Amino acid sequence: MPRLSAPAGFALFAAVMLVAVPLALAGQGYWLTVLTTAALLAFGSLGVWLTFSIGRINIAQGAFALIGGYVVAILGTRYHVSFWLSLPLAVLASALVATLIGWPILRLRGVYFAMITLSLTEVASLAFLNGGSFTAGASGITSIPRPALLSSSLAIYLASAVLLLVGIVIAWRFAVSPAGAVFRSLRQGEELAASLGIDIARYRLLAFVVSSGMGGAAGAMFAAFQQNVFPTSYTVNDSVNFMLYCFLGGLQTVAGPVVGTFLLVIAFQLLSAIQRFQALLYGIFMIAAMLFLPNGLMSLPQVLAARRGRADEAAPR
Amino acid sequence: MSLLAIEGVSRRFGGLTAVNDVSFAVEAGEILSVIGPNGAGKSTLFKLIAGFLKPSAGHILLDGKRIDGLRPHSIAARGLVRTFQETTVFREMSALENVVVAHHLRRRGTILGELLATPGVRVEQQEFLSESREILARLGLAGLEDELARNLPHGHLRALGIAMALAVRPRVVLLDEPFAGMNSEETARAVEIVRGIRAGGITVILVEHDMGAVMRISDRIVVLNFGTLIASGTPAEIQQNETVIDAYLGRADEIAAL
Repeated sequence: MPRLSAPAGFALFAAVMLVAVPLALAGQGYWLTVLTTAALLAFGSLGVWLTFSIGRINIAQGAFALIGGYVVAILGTRYHVSFWLSLPLAVLASALVATLIGWPILRLRGVYFAMITLSLTEVASLAFLNGGSFTAGASGITSIPRPALLSSSLAIYLASAVLLLVGIVIAWRFAVSPAGAVFRSLRQGEELAASLGIDIARYRLLAFVVSSGMGGAAGAMFAAFQQNVFPTSYTVNDSVNFMLYCFLGGLQTVAGPVVGTFLLVIAFQLLSAIQRFQALLYGIFMIAAMLFLPNGLMSLPQVLAARRGRADEAAPR
Repeated sequence: MSLLAIEGVSRRFGGLTAVNDVSFAVEAGEILSVIGPNGAGKSTLFKLIAGFLKPSAGHILLDGKRIDGLRPHSIAARGLVRTFQETTVFREMSALENVVVAHHLRRRGTILGELLATPGVRVEQQEFLSESREILARLGLAGLEDELARNLPHGHLRALGIAMALAVRPRVVLLDEPFAGMNSEETARAVEIVRGIRAGGITVILVEHDMGAVMRISDRIVVLNFGTLIASGTPAEIQQNETVIDAYLGRADEIAAL
């Protein structure tokens, strides 16, 4: 079976997202919404994937999506700032918070970093809940104005798809650039990297800040398209999901988190037809994936090839 | 002025003094070995020099400027690079990628420029690639460029570690037990590699247990025992030094008795 080269795969995906899907689903608001959600979540997952590349399990993406969402909500409802201006501001705000928090916590590794990022999601949620009139507490901020140019669900979908494609390019450029090689070196040996003159604190902060900025952008888009944001819009559960999307798709390739997100989001929707068993089947699916494809779905071709190789060996000649 | 000066350096861990008031100087272009029994403080001394630990007292000067208290990457940027005991490399990268990453300090482009792959960055990357191949070939790793580091045998991994240190173009390298676990043939090859490094104008400091290799290769030797410097001198002087013989080398008749 010929394998698709990365640029060809990207072009195919772009064509499906920008041409095939709009043509096929133009009248079907429900599935368009599902795919919009998947695209934005996949964009956030790509950020988490970047922090995986430096060897950190990041369960804080929900916190940064909340920050991005609230920036758009507050600027849009109270100061009538255009979404197209508040979107980059949301990215900046998330990146700034990530810089301040990331500097101290990125010294932690393994489960310690994972735990503290998990609690960050909870902290962000509580902060917005108790933000008084500034964040409007538990009632959240509703009636966020629709962004100019994005009045239909198709337009919102297309904007999300474009954002995802941009995110894939960003992640791919990082993966193949010297900075990406430095990221991977950090995962494999921070002391060795430091001894070669790499400022490890600076690089791991870079990965975390880019990741969080992407989380902020995803949150900003969600706020604009759902037209509301609440302290519970993103919970620890959502942050964990970003991590699961990466795990399920696989950490080896940029495509991993995208495939993982689309598959899980779509599977979850399909399973909703059988309400009672939705969570159960979802759980079984996750366990099976982790058991049989510990390196993610993108490793399926290698696993199959290896299996075929073994079968050939076992076959009598 | 000495290239590297260790001045009254001590390092305490709680009540334990791992390195105690050690002073010595390293001249440009020499091969200096640090020897001593296990637990003598050699590794701690290496970590202090390379910035992985801060001295409890004393100063370390490179070119007359203090480097103690700087972080490891800053010390590397000033031209002093260490290798690690055993086989510390980036295991999930190919041999070539390992050496290319080690060119980090010579990257001139901005990260944004690298993401956009500007022409200057591409030229630089090609340069790093061809130089990395050259370094690998020099260290006997030609043909293994695309092999994942984790698949390389032990001896090759140590050569790869040295290749990475050389990619930094340091003025001083600290080699942590470069001959450990090698048979005599491998050691002979490694000794030649170390001599080659020095011939390239790089000052070499090494910690080593293989006394044969140390005596052959070193211009000078520094001996530590219980964290204290007990002797320094040429290999011939060290072999004659009573204190060193009692503490570490052992007497010929004792060795014979074994």
